[in-house]
Amino acid sequence: MKRRLPWGAMARMTGRRALAAVPVLLAVTLAVFAVAEASPFDPVKAYAGTAGLTASQENLDQLRANLGVDRPLLTRWWEWLTSALTGDLGDSAVMRRPVAEVIGERLGWSVLLAVTAFLVAIALGTLLGVLAGRRRGGLVDRAVSSAAYTLEAAPAFWLGLLAIWFFALKLGALPAGGLTDTGSDTVTADQVARHLVLPALVLGVSQLPWFFLYVRQGVGDALDEDPVRGARARGLRERTVLTGHALRSGMLPMLTLVGSRVPELITGALLVETVFSWPGIAAATVQAATSVDFPLLAALTVLATAAVLLGNLLSDLLYGLADPRVGFDG
Amino acid sequence: MTARSVRGAAAATLAGAVALAAAACTNPGSTAGGSGGPKDSAVVGIAYEPETLSPLLGYGKDGNSKIFDGLLAFDADMKLKPALATELPRITADGLTYTYTLRKGVTFSDGAPFTAEDVVFTYRTILDPKTNNPSRTELDALKSVEATGEDTVVFHLKYPYAPFAQRTVHAIAPEHIAAKQDVNTGAFATEPIGTGPYVLTGWSKGEKLSFKANPSYWNGAPAVKKFTMAIIKDDDVRATRLRAGDLDGAVLPPNLAAGFKGDRAKKTWTAKTYDYRTVTLPTHHPVTGDTAVRRALDLAVDRQTMVDKILEGAGKPAYGPVPTDSPWFAKGTERRHDLSGAQKILDEAGWKPGPDGVRVRNGVRAAFPLWYLSGDKLRQDHALAYASDAKKAGIDITAQAGTWEVIEPRMKTDAVLAGGGSPGDPDFDQYLLLRSTLAGDGFNNMAWYDNKTVDRALDDGRRTDDLTERRAAYGTVQRELVKNPGYTFLTHIDHLYVMNDAWDGPGTQTEPHDHGLASGPWWNVESWKPKQAGATQK
Repeated sequence: MKRRLPWGAMARMTGRRALAAVPVLLAVTLAVFAVAEASPFDPVKAYAGTAGLTASQENLDQLRANLGVDRPLLTRWWEWLTSALTGDLGDSAVMRRPVAEVIGERLGWSVLLAVTAFLVAIALGTLLGVLAGRRRGGLVDRAVSSAAYTLEAAPAFWLGLLAIWFFALKLGALPAGGLTDTGSDTVTADQVARHLVLPALVLGVSQLPWFFLYVRQGVGDALDEDPVRGARARGLRERTVLTGHALRSGMLPMLTLVGSRVPELITGALLVETVFSWPGIAAATVQAATSVDFPLLAALTVLATAAVLLGNLLSDLLYGLADPRVGFDG
Repeated sequence: MTARSVRGAAAATLAGAVALAAAACTNPGSTAGGSGGPKDSAVVGIAYEPETLSPLLGYGKDGNSKIFDGLLAFDADMKLKPALATELPRITADGLTYTYTLRKGVTFSDGAPFTAEDVVFTYRTILDPKTNNPSRTELDALKSVEATGEDTVVFHLKYPYAPFAQRTVHAIAPEHIAAKQDVNTGAFATEPIGTGPYVLTGWSKGEKLSFKANPSYWNGAPAVKKFTMAIIKDDDVRATRLRAGDLDGAVLPPNLAAGFKGDRAKKTWTAKTYDYRTVTLPTHHPVTGDTAVRRALDLAVDRQTMVDKILEGAGKPAYGPVPTDSPWFAKGTERRHDLSGAQKILDEAGWKPGPDGVRVRNGVRAAFPLWYLSGDKLRQDHALAYASDAKKAGIDITAQAGTWEVIEPRMKTDAVLAGGGSPGDPDFDQYLLLRSTLAGDGFNNMAWYDNKTVDRALDDGRRTDDLTERRAAYGTVQRELVKNPGYTFLTHIDHLYVMNDAWDGPGTQTEPHDHGLASGPWWNVESWKPKQAGATQK
């Protein structure tokens, strides 16, 4: 069956969502400034580091003025906003560099990690989901399902520590952290690949249960439907039935899941990057938060919020496509 | 994100998956980076990461930066020796003018010559209030600096300051690069260029700093060609990676260092330090402000047991900021552990035991809170041991954990388990710790100590460079601390390092409280020579 995509409706929804995103982003950045302001962390202390413990008060006051953190909350937020709109994201105090540079340097590594993990989750989730859904209540189904429910409850950082303990310490098979070997300072593809295995696997596995459970349900339901029974009755091979009929309808609900997993992927990546000292954006986020580094924190929050909004849009678009009865908002 | 970068990421992922399969086939031991032949590279694990690598923002202020040189440098015994200067400075009789002659033919690692203008630029930029340098106070005595010739630099001081020459170990930045950038946010802070023995080749924040030897170093090219400092905050992970062969050396706490005793291929280094742990006894608290209580605590505390039990022997009892084996230590100011002596002092001062065993005077209970930095096991152990010793004398101390954000507003009245210590000159620690005018100034004089005799001695000590007079002044300070201790000094802590025994040349310097980047046996990595092949691996 061939159907023309409803481009017009999709574009209208994207436009509406983009407009709605503006007040959301404004509110989120303002909230970041307000929360950071209320936090007990002192940006001047964070900036000075150990030197702050012997610095004189005059020295610290001068730093406070230089860093501009003594001005009122709204002033700082407005200044950040107006210069961000002109493309100037400001300078990160804790990294001693322009925010755009910090993000540009690290975002790629985070995207690599997240995309790999996502692919792992989707591929493994689909495979196991089909195996389990094919014979619900069977041995494979019961084993994988109970493992999936357990995994659902396991925090990503705990999985990470477990993986380090087993693969890096016990087996010595994979590096425990970092982007490349400690002794080497050129970033080569094979080194990155080797160091990517554990973090991507852990992050992927932590996302896996949702994909698995959706596919299992979808495939199982589809196998009970009339078209499948008809196909079987016609004597089609089991594999054709599975891939041609059951998998296609079983995969549809999972597509919508892809978009809605984005927020969880971001928080998961944050923890996994920290555990594996992966030089992505997460380490910078944690440091920005504890050092009350306003420019960096605000830019990162905007980025994360935008990713979540985009993920939601994507999942709604896919859902609308998969089930025309739902349509594209209103 | 553009479609292009999505495809790029997807391609990278694919490449990763292929390499993953290949990696799974390799020998598990290969991650350890096996080596044969003499080693010309070294990887060490450190616990702290610098905030910046720009001397203008405070990096290399205590000398011994691998990337930069100062006019002077410290040797293993913390004696000054010339570095970028050809000799120690000429000082005028009034102690106000320091003149340095610079070494000729020195170049920065980008090939540009080092000149007097670089020195002037460095110090002037640091003195500029617009520069975000949190250590500016250390150059408080400096009024101005000028180049009076191509290879002569003159420093003018505001007041005579005897230890000033020790401040000129400060790293020197290249004017031709740093002057063209924003001093606070420019790329120089992460991509430094210096005259030092090593050139930074990479800094992955939170992960590692990589260096290569500077082939045109003025003092001869180093034999260790590649040097890497891995930043590993967790002690256990550092020990594990050292054992796995990922690291050649690492700083370790005493209990983890002990695990390497039987390893013949590794050597444990113990660095003597000025790193003290002390309890501040704030003048503004009714109990800790009482001299009798302070003196009693000074006697009631069992320092030797702390050294034996908490530090596993790797340290010394401390009676003041000056370690007992320093030439500046005033002999005879050691205090014996004397519980009955402490009780007698309290009895005589009118602190009588109450019904619960805690002493009371005029309705005031001899009780106070003691804060320590949460997460710092060593400080926690010290705080608990101190509280338990005090309890025996009838003083009730409640040890509480908190972050500096919680502790700082309470420092005026609450006791704090503090640490500090910088070798070099007795003025560096004692002035900031004890001068009454600095009470409550940031983290200086946290105990609000106020003693006119000490104030005078501190001023005398920094204003003359006559060694006998200085020794007398710091002797006075230490004896006053016996009569009226504003702090209970507990221990001086040795820093322990475990390292592969593969080089000739490692040793240790007397170390400060901070584990600087260049502390540890690798403080002189540029002068190491590899041992003969075969002798190193197990």
